[in-house]
Amino acid sequence: MSYEELLTETALNNEQIIVMTAENRALVRNLPAVLGKRFIDTGITEQTMIGAAAGLALRRRIPVVHALAAFLTMRAFEFVRTDLGIANLPAKLSGFIPGFLSDANGPTHQAIEDISIMRGIPNVTVFAPADEDDLIKMLPQIWNSPNPAYTRINTRKTTYEHEPFELGKAEVVATGSDVTILTYGLMFEQALIAVDILQNEGLSVGLVNMRSLKPVDEAIILQVAASSNLIVTLEDHFLTGGLYTIVAEVLLQYQTTAKVMPIALKENWFRPALLQDVLQNEGFTGKQIAERILGYQTGHSQPFITTQEFSE
Amino acid sequence: MKNNTNQYQDTEAIALKVREHIVRMSTDGGCFTGASLSAVDLIVYLYTDFLDITPFNLNDPNRDYLFLSKGHDVPALYGTLAELGFIEKERLQKHLSLDDHIYWHPNRHIPGVEFHSGSLGHLPSVALGVAMDLKISGSDNKVICIMGDGELNEGTCWEAVLVANAYALDNLIFVIDRNHFQANMRTEDLIPLEPLIEKFESFGAAVKRVNGHSYTELHEAFSAYPFKTGKLNVVIADTIRGKGLPSIQERADRWFCNFSANEIEQLLQELHGQHISDLTSETLIVR
Repeated sequence: MSYEELLTETALNNEQIIVMTAENRALVRNLPAVLGKRFIDTGITEQTMIGAAAGLALRRRIPVVHALAAFLTMRAFEFVRTDLGIANLPAKLSGFIPGFLSDANGPTHQAIEDISIMRGIPNVTVFAPADEDDLIKMLPQIWNSPNPAYTRINTRKTTYEHEPFELGKAEVVATGSDVTILTYGLMFEQALIAVDILQNEGLSVGLVNMRSLKPVDEAIILQVAASSNLIVTLEDHFLTGGLYTIVAEVLLQYQTTAKVMPIALKENWFRPALLQDVLQNEGFTGKQIAERILGYQTGHSQPFITTQEFSE
Repeated sequence: MKNNTNQYQDTEAIALKVREHIVRMSTDGGCFTGASLSAVDLIVYLYTDFLDITPFNLNDPNRDYLFLSKGHDVPALYGTLAELGFIEKERLQKHLSLDDHIYWHPNRHIPGVEFHSGSLGHLPSVALGVAMDLKISGSDNKVICIMGDGELNEGTCWEAVLVANAYALDNLIFVIDRNHFQANMRTEDLIPLEPLIEKFESFGAAVKRVNGHSYTELHEAFSAYPFKTGKLNVVIADTIRGKGLPSIQERADRWFCNFSANEIEQLLQELHGQHISDLTSETLIVR
């Protein structure tokens, strides 16, 4: 099932749903014909769209709101905070091409602080599915929840079949005593490759798909801190305010320590190019991740990274 | 003064070359082809006939400025900068490569690009600030900001007009690339802009509306600069999305294009007047 099919089915079954976009129709192209007046395109007006979503939510509607992640979370930031956050209105934000998925667009389009700023708003919940299967398993509960929610939309297809989703719970893919990778979103695909390489090198390796960044699965973080010699936080996000920060906050809160290695973007926007080149250039392919953890080069090969999400 | 079309032969030749560059960038990842082609004549005209910006005065504070706020039409600017000697033409072959900074939106690593853009409705205010300082500094230079018509959806465009009016910035020119399309559909079918002249005039601007593909009309409008003392200048340039390529002209689905190598060859022939059958490209991508 695709994002558009799920949204169509959900909206047809629930009259409360209003689909909105700031003229970003890549994933909702067929919705106007199906939903009629319950499809609203406000044009290129992210701030006004969020304000209007608040008004619709005041009338008991559930707006599912679409724009590029960078403009949705940053251009409209104060509208999200003030109109949705303060009032705790259940508008559902779908941000396209977050993180590395903005590939060759350039820094204006790079949403790599979205997790940080969205989770900083009281009442706003934050989610990052690993791939299309994960997205489809997560969204029904996100859309049913009573809070405003921001989701990093990721429609990439992988062969991994995810477990059912529960709000605030992570998905444990593998457990291991030497190193455990905590990750979310696009990087899950590369983490699977890294885990393979690390296991081939003889390590006991764990992998956790965080899924829900706020609320976060504190129990899993504490469990991994206790059972694994090294935690690696892997994210296509700035080092500040994302998963590395979340893990640090949880460890501090429970007055425990762990050895944590962050893999994130440090104080720089990434060099724009097509996705496979971006990952390679920034050192985020599965092979590079494994070798950063190991501290040495291996003879393993890196599978070709497709740009299928490009056709959004 | 250039007063007949023959005198624009050189300009036309440059514009054709710029269009060729755009077509060549529309593959191996692609670019915003349709949106770029509408802006070509405008950008080439401004650099060759109106603006005091050359490869040699970029570091001189006493020169004119051109801000490209629409952003995704940057292939038109890359092509112009290459043809006018700001950058080497070979650099355009590095489109989307990690070896250069030629990608889908403007950035200041390219000589002649004043500022990065891509998030709409930012550069009207950046241009406003530059125009304010030219006034403060007593400079006679002028500032152009090219905006898309779809971009006018963003409220910050209109905030900039309000402030430009308050500060009587007659050294600032907002040029609207009025191709009548935004990403997915015609502007008038989504968020209507007309009557656009009256909108800007009611905000205090002095407005001219021209055919954005006619150098004669562009020259007539811009040679009247400043349009009115103490007033923001606005030029609404009516243009055609995809101008120069009949097979993609005025099509909502030819905003962002990623063609095959074979299609690129056909499109280059079409630029030179050869009719081609409609491209059914499966490689077409709309962002």
